[in-house]
Amino acid sequence: MDILGKRKIWYTISLVIIGIGLLFLLINGLNLGIDFNGGTLMEFSFDHDVTTEQVRAVLQDIGIAEDSKIQHSEESGTNGIIIRAKTLDSEEIVTVDNAIKSEFDSAEMLRTEMVGPTIGRELRINALLAMLVASIAIVIYISFRFEFRFAAISIITLMHDVLITIGVFAILGREVNTPFVAALLTIVGYSINDTIVIFDRIRENMKLMHKVPFIKQANTAVVDTLPRSINTSITTLITILAIYFFGGASIQTFMLALFIGMFAGTYSSIFIASPLLVTWQERISK
Amino acid sequence: MRYKQKRRIKLIIILAIIAFAAFLYFQHGINLGLDLQGGAHIVLQAQPTEEREINDSVMTGILSVIERRVNQLGLSEPLIQREGSDRIIVELPAVDSPNEAINTIGRTAMLTFRNSSGEVLMTGEAVKDARADYDQYGRAVIAFTLTDSGSEQFADITRKYMGKKIGIYLDNEQLTNPTVQAVIEGKGQITGYESAQAAEKDAILIREGALPVPVEVIETRTVGPTLGQISIQKSIRAGLLGLLLVAIYMVFYYRFPGILAAVILAIYGLILMGTMAGLQATLTLPGIAGLILSIGMAVDANIIIFERIKDELKSGKTLRAAIDAGFKRAYTTIIDANVTTIMTALILAYFTSGTVRGFAVTLGIGIIVSMFTAFFVTRNVIDIFAGSKLLRENKSFGVRKG
Repeated sequence: MDILGKRKIWYTISLVIIGIGLLFLLINGLNLGIDFNGGTLMEFSFDHDVTTEQVRAVLQDIGIAEDSKIQHSEESGTNGIIIRAKTLDSEEIVTVDNAIKSEFDSAEMLRTEMVGPTIGRELRINALLAMLVASIAIVIYISFRFEFRFAAISIITLMHDVLITIGVFAILGREVNTPFVAALLTIVGYSINDTIVIFDRIRENMKLMHKVPFIKQANTAVVDTLPRSINTSITTLITILAIYFFGGASIQTFMLALFIGMFAGTYSSIFIASPLLVTWQERISK
Repeated sequence: MRYKQKRRIKLIIILAIIAFAAFLYFQHGINLGLDLQGGAHIVLQAQPTEEREINDSVMTGILSVIERRVNQLGLSEPLIQREGSDRIIVELPAVDSPNEAINTIGRTAMLTFRNSSGEVLMTGEAVKDARADYDQYGRAVIAFTLTDSGSEQFADITRKYMGKKIGIYLDNEQLTNPTVQAVIEGKGQITGYESAQAAEKDAILIREGALPVPVEVIETRTVGPTLGQISIQKSIRAGLLGLLLVAIYMVFYYRFPGILAAVILAIYGLILMGTMAGLQATLTLPGIAGLILSIGMAVDANIIIFERIKDELKSGKTLRAAIDAGFKRAYTTIIDANVTTIMTALILAYFTSGTVRGFAVTLGIGIIVSMFTAFFVTRNVIDIFAGSKLLRENKSFGVRKG
């Protein structure tokens, strides 16, 4: 099986997907949730179906209906309503809470989240910082255990996976919050993990098959580890899908991000990482 | 004979590990995060005023006032801690009306007595005690007593403002605005409450004193008990389903070793629960996701090992030799692959807080336990069965004759 020989095809597929994602990112941006922008989210459950108009009427009475978005909740079996508003202070939250409960007897507060603008800014900074520090730590470790070029390419690969995930979220317009950041960081970890297993085999082949050209050493490594790559991604994706479909609405976005990222991660460790090593090698020998 | 003896010892070691994990789990149980058991997570930030900047003694003052308020509200197992230079995190598990509690906790609660032009005559520092009570007409009131110096001060004020109004304010909210009809010393009443509960809430604030500086509630997350329950049930069901599907896949692909992998996975789950319980780590909803993800990593370690053994078998080694060589070569791969993930988990735990930190911690614990399981449990389980016909079968490890 010649995977590395067709590397231009694999690069093109990735570039097209990343390109479309970036285009959407530039035009629409990411749909940042309250964790990033600040705001208030309140979710209530009722024993019967309550319309968004009924809830809006209640909010109108206490004067916060203007900037509020009211939607049915995705959590099944709760007849839920989600109210999204600007950042309310705790007194206003109590007012909303009481108004809803006095209008609807069966109303129960499922969750309330209020995030001030400071926290949102911090989250953005910390997320970038965490990503940066993680990348540096990974480069150091891999340079130490392998060679610098392996490290540099691991970073390109993980950026590839992160960009695809962010891009797909921009395309889908799904709301992103703190768990999305956690998902991205997990993707970073998984992406590296997946890539290293193949790099490990290339390192081994460089010793065992020192007479054959590098492209052959690398291709053998990719093909030999293919069963592992496929089995691992299938078992991981199975669990992610199981949680996505049955784990409830609150972790769905998280699981979707993981699914996209891990899928991209498996693709990139087979079709991007090792081919890039070959391309790097060719450039140097020229 | 020696082989059989060794095998018995290995079996005993594995059983001992399982027993210890089960003991830890049943002894300590697993701490559930606020998002799973319900409760409120509040972040407060101290705001400097013109007179006071934020320093350690101001923060200690805020901390102790908030602690007293939380205790007075009768909330069980609260967690109150300082974070950074000017923040305080309050966690209240199982609180009935979380939003009202937050409202009480975060108030500055500066009590002032003011004249009709708004000038402050006396502050809450003159108040010794305040309790909810009923007056002679059966109305809910706050009965307060004054300190000695406060008592003198108040006598002077009431003498001076005889026949005029003195307003009592909690922050900028006017509680009452009575006309002074007699010189008052020692104690007084604040009327105008709808219920004794409402009076008690303000009484707590007055009694426990004002915060030295105002605080801003910059983040609150409250989860009702119902949602927590739904989340736990759903995620456990989803996790078990995921485990089952993975086990089926492994058995389908690797045959008998796949069954061993499924058993190892179950043992892994048990050790993981035992470790979580032993370390008293808190399980959050993203944490469950972290655990399930680490199951993926644990399976991966087994897959790497099995694939290596398969390669060695293909190259013509005997089963025993292939197992030895396979493990030896899988070790470095597994270590290199997992160290980077552990690093990311650590960095994530350092830079985040709340539920995401819970995720990072469980992921980290999960990966470490999965490495332990791969190197120790998988190795011993495979060794135990190395002599059996089941592993010698050609299709084992997915090797195809050809």
